[in-house]
Amino acid sequence: MTWLRQTIAVMLINLQTIPSRLGSSIVAIIGIAGVVIVFVSVLSISSGFSSAMTGTGAPDRALILRKGVDTEMTSGLEGTEVRIIREAPGIRYDGDSPLVSAELSVVIDLPKKSKPDWTANVPMRGIQPETPKVRSEMKIIEGRMLRFGTDEAIVGKGAKSQFVGLNVGDTIVSAQNRWTVVGTFEAGGGVAESEIWCDVQNLQNVYHRTNGFSVVLAKLESVESFGRLNDWLMKNPQVQVGVQRENDYYSSQSKTMTSIINTLGFGIASLMAVGAVFGAILTMYTAVASRSREIATLRALGFNTISVIVSVLAESVVLGGIGGLVGALAAYAAFDGFQTSTMNFQTFSQVAFAFQVTPALFITGLVYALSIGLVGGLLPAIRAARLPISKALREL
Amino acid sequence: MRYLGLIWMNVWRRRIRTIFTLLSIFIAFLLFGIVMTVRNAFSLGVEVAGIDRLVLINKVTLILPLPISYKQKIQKTPGVQEVTHETWFNGAYQQPSNVLNTMAVEPDSFLKIYSEFKVPAEQIAKWQTDRQGAIVGKDLAARYGWKLGDRVPLLSAIWQPKEPWQFNIDGIYDAGPSVDKTQFFFRYDYLDENRNISTARNTVGWYIVKIDDPSRAAELGQTFDAMFANSSAETKTTTEKGFIEGFAKQIGDIGAITIAIASIVLFMFGLIAASTMVQSVRERTSELAVLKTLGFTDVRILALVLSESLFVTVGGGGLGLIAAWLIVQRGDPTGQLPVFILSQTDIAAGIILMVLMGLVAGIMPALSAMRLQITDALRRT
Repeated sequence: MTWLRQTIAVMLINLQTIPSRLGSSIVAIIGIAGVVIVFVSVLSISSGFSSAMTGTGAPDRALILRKGVDTEMTSGLEGTEVRIIREAPGIRYDGDSPLVSAELSVVIDLPKKSKPDWTANVPMRGIQPETPKVRSEMKIIEGRMLRFGTDEAIVGKGAKSQFVGLNVGDTIVSAQNRWTVVGTFEAGGGVAESEIWCDVQNLQNVYHRTNGFSVVLAKLESVESFGRLNDWLMKNPQVQVGVQRENDYYSSQSKTMTSIINTLGFGIASLMAVGAVFGAILTMYTAVASRSREIATLRALGFNTISVIVSVLAESVVLGGIGGLVGALAAYAAFDGFQTSTMNFQTFSQVAFAFQVTPALFITGLVYALSIGLVGGLLPAIRAARLPISKALREL
Repeated sequence: MRYLGLIWMNVWRRRIRTIFTLLSIFIAFLLFGIVMTVRNAFSLGVEVAGIDRLVLINKVTLILPLPISYKQKIQKTPGVQEVTHETWFNGAYQQPSNVLNTMAVEPDSFLKIYSEFKVPAEQIAKWQTDRQGAIVGKDLAARYGWKLGDRVPLLSAIWQPKEPWQFNIDGIYDAGPSVDKTQFFFRYDYLDENRNISTARNTVGWYIVKIDDPSRAAELGQTFDAMFANSSAETKTTTEKGFIEGFAKQIGDIGAITIAIASIVLFMFGLIAASTMVQSVRERTSELAVLKTLGFTDVRILALVLSESLFVTVGGGGLGLIAAWLIVQRGDPTGQLPVFILSQTDIAAGIILMVLMGLVAGIMPALSAMRLQITDALRRT
């Protein structure tokens, strides 16, 4: 047990003397903190985006599009098809009517708050009176629900925060079309919160798509009844549609974006980490060099090499931990909940979302920092252990 | 120049330290190069967009079409050289999710306006006679191994989704480094005759107008928009540069994010270089005092220390930038980005930044070396 006691003793001396090497230690801490900031903040973008995209995707809702189409934007369904879909088995009923929402989805150009000179594609969805029952997570949080048969509209809270002129009482102007905003809604943090909703018939008239829809959303009797609905629709020659669970649809939609962000985030952070390892090595070499006499003295007194190695490593890991903590906290303070919006390429329209520094991400960042510290301390630790005693003692 | 040997010896005084400092600066500028390349990719070639080209889109949104009858009206407006139109086809190759950048165009006017696309004359002639013909970018052809004369089927979820559309590769275009060479252009007449949505007949996606005098762009834009006001398809005219910029802005502020990352990286590694220089000068206090005793002037000492610091940042940074350039030459690893280049502006910015970093990192220790009092310094050891 002597070696353990020795190790702890040397380690404590090292850690207590960090303040005397403050300059170079701070350099290492800042370096590691920089890596963690970039790593955590870039990945918080993709975690926020994917959680907005999958937020409302419920496994007990089926999303029906035209056959062979993978987004609402390119899909088209006729009123006759919608009528047939309403008769399909496996759909839950509310009294006599099936919980089916046939919707038309378009985009309109509106200026972004962050850049009022530029317009962005805001998704606009025509809904039916059944829609709030099918999309049961939807809740009016300000104003009131729109009246069907009028040109009233309600606005998702994400869209309201990102685009100009979407407050209750405002009028949305798009070419010659006008809508009056009468309410704001939330939808469980999902992608619908980036949208503007209005009466589907009104939207069909404006866009010259009489009785035309882009998507049908159906509430299933249960998660398992998806198969029944799907089989029935596939076998019915009168409809040409594809059926997916809503959550599958949204997770496939967010794939391209999250994979691009993750690849970039990991790539940049790994390269930075290599650089930060070099920084840590430099710092620890300096620490070892400035203490070569002490280390030699300890070894001359009979302290074993393991304790010297462990003590150097411990110092480096502590610096890494401090850097990691500082970086992760800075990223959390600066970016968690940061509201923004981006274009979802599959639907060609804007998705509003907030950066999310999740606990998992926070811990990953910390582990990353500790590893940088450990790797950075390795070479200097070995050097300290192999310092020739006589030579080191003679040095000034 | 006489002191090159001295600088060299000083730089390598502590070999391990210098090597690791060089390596971290190397990484910093490698990252800088890559981050800037990503930024270029997301700006979608804004720099090359013609200033004498205007884009007319549907005022409601880009996705809604415009009538083809607008072409003649635009053409007749004084100051207009040439008008062409493009229509998004959403063509997918091999599997529905693999959507290529496919556009239906009118060959003659299209090639006149986009003179930056280089297509051999005989290939253009072939395209003009071949209704199912297409010209594709060099990078796209290389990606799928397409050769002239190949027959390529594409599925379009928007137009006639049930069976694939057949195209013949009639031409392959090349262009400058910053131009997207992954696009697929085919004839509008082929699309319009065969698409299944009858209401879409005789409509196009958007118009591109080449004008005589770029300074009249704003005025002409207003003329066009007024011309089609109060119709069922009102227009919004912007310069092509503004159009592409607006599109890139939709993705989000990639520019700001990349610059933030690059600044953190450069700050972090600059700090490492600076701290190394401080240490290296502190260790050599007595040596510097000896040099002064030998008659080195203050300015010369300052220059000596600064050149050491510059050597490290420019040496490491230069190699890093070269490495980034080499990586970029090998092409886009994701196969998704339209352009993948490290522009000359960014290389120049990188060189300026490494010189600045050298000066900033070296200035404090250099000044303290310069101010060194010989007697004090020699006494200190």
